[in-house]
Amino acid sequence: MTRVSSLLEVERLSRQFGSGRSAVLAVKDVSFSVAPGEIVAVVGESGSGKSTLARLILRLLPPTSGTIRFAGLGEITRLRGRALRHYWQQVQAIFQDPFSTFNQFLTVRRLLERSLGIVDNPPRGADRECAIAQALQSVGLEPSDVLPKWPHQLSGGQRQRVMIARALLLQPKLVIADEPTSMLDASLRVTVLNLLADLRQRGSSVLFITHDLGQAFYLADRLLVMYQGEIVERGPVEAVLRSPRHPYTQRLLADVPRLGDGRPTARPADGPIRLVQRRPSGG
Amino acid sequence: MDVAAAPRPRTAKRWHPLVITISILRLGGIGINTRFWVSIGLLGAIVVFGLLGPTLLGKRDPLRIVGGLYDPPSSQVWLGTDNFGRDVFTQLMYGTRTSLTIGLIAGAVATLIGVAVGTLAGFRGGTIEEALMGITNVVITIPSIVILILLSIAIASRSIVVMGVIIGITSWPWTARAVRAQTASLRAREHLDLARLSGAGTVSLILVDIIPYMLSYIFMAFVLQFASGILQEAALSLLGLGPTNTISLGIMLHWSLLWEAVRTGAWWAFFPPTVFLTIIAFALLLLQSSLDELFNPRLRRK
Repeated sequence: MTRVSSLLEVERLSRQFGSGRSAVLAVKDVSFSVAPGEIVAVVGESGSGKSTLARLILRLLPPTSGTIRFAGLGEITRLRGRALRHYWQQVQAIFQDPFSTFNQFLTVRRLLERSLGIVDNPPRGADRECAIAQALQSVGLEPSDVLPKWPHQLSGGQRQRVMIARALLLQPKLVIADEPTSMLDASLRVTVLNLLADLRQRGSSVLFITHDLGQAFYLADRLLVMYQGEIVERGPVEAVLRSPRHPYTQRLLADVPRLGDGRPTARPADGPIRLVQRRPSGG
Repeated sequence: MDVAAAPRPRTAKRWHPLVITISILRLGGIGINTRFWVSIGLLGAIVVFGLLGPTLLGKRDPLRIVGGLYDPPSSQVWLGTDNFGRDVFTQLMYGTRTSLTIGLIAGAVATLIGVAVGTLAGFRGGTIEEALMGITNVVITIPSIVILILLSIAIASRSIVVMGVIIGITSWPWTARAVRAQTASLRAREHLDLARLSGAGTVSLILVDIIPYMLSYIFMAFVLQFASGILQEAALSLLGLGPTNTISLGIMLHWSLLWEAVRTGAWWAFFPPTVFLTIIAFALLLLQSSLDELFNPRLRRK
């Protein structure tokens, strides 16, 4: 089972919430691996255990059973203290909600400076300024503009880009992106997806968690389909999407709305969209 | 407001007569701004009276003998004299100053210990929480006045600071319990996950990610502790266990009781300090309740 090439290896990982009759098995016997430089997407509906899986791999939540191995560190399932710090130097996260992940009492500058606390020998003074500025520039933010701002002064897209800049700054080997686009406007999603693709260019693997098959197809190399805590289908993205075998995957795929397929007939003919379309010629 | 979303455990004092008064005011339709400004006005007047009064009115020594036993109020001595022939009005100014200082120190000490114990217990959970909350519950069950009396007897010379600290270290448990509950609800927030991934340790997480989110709450707890500190000092002083070599509102009550001011009808000896204690505690509780409404919009009436 152990391949030399994999970066992250998850084996028979389970997590149960509650106990007795009210017990819920949020993650059930999940095994998979992520190779260096690979983007793996985990797709599933809400409640399928994707986010729990992310928190388990990030070691923010202890698993009920199973093991997690990381290249160079061995088994990290029971790490604590300093050893866990070493793990977090190599595995970082981008969370779903760019509003609640920010400490609202820290400016962007303080947040990024604080993030460097995980690194063993963080750059100081001008070096630090330079590193932070570079990270912000690579996500398309102007450092002098963004650094002194408080989270509530930034838009959702800007906050999520700050989070990606944070990942770039720390240069982890694996980034776990837990639905990073779900709280963003559609127009910003592609930007964020492209930034995630950039992470790979800089040598990070990405575990991309999403409920959107389209985004998974756009970004990922491999696909894991999760349903009720279990991985029900896996394989290269194109192969899975071309010939889905599990009924759940087939249903997911059928539910993806396509442009040009026509709109559902139930929509009233005089919907608000028509009015919007007429406006330019009318004005 | 984030803090408003968390369940808000209340500190004790619900049964306190002043709290009942405030509830009546609330029902009576006195709005938040009115209550806030009334409390600020009352507190401001009392602080100015206590701090600047002696200087402005040129009455420098509260222990100087200016008349006979319980001289009634006159143009010389505005509020009469006490049992040693000392000016009650001057004593009132210095007594207010002492009481406010002790209340402030007691409130600060109680809030500091309470927040430290509460955040640590709520944040760490497990055995540490069990142990800290065990100690807290034990301290709550011992009537604080008993500890206060024993401590006051044990310490022969009690300065104002010592009194404040003594009162503070017996009144922190309520703050600790309330803060623990708040911390436990803040602990699962996502920004703490990010901070953990940034290598933040327990102290940093508590100071940067938890305490700022409940500062308004801590401030209100402090105001309550401030008020109860002043009343505790009065209770101790009334028993003759107050600060030594100084005058406080409670010490004035102590002397007037010892020298039968009530029976002899010398109302000027006990009435002014009583009124002052009531006004100070009332204003602080009024301030706390208006702040509570300010920080917690769900409590606001439409």
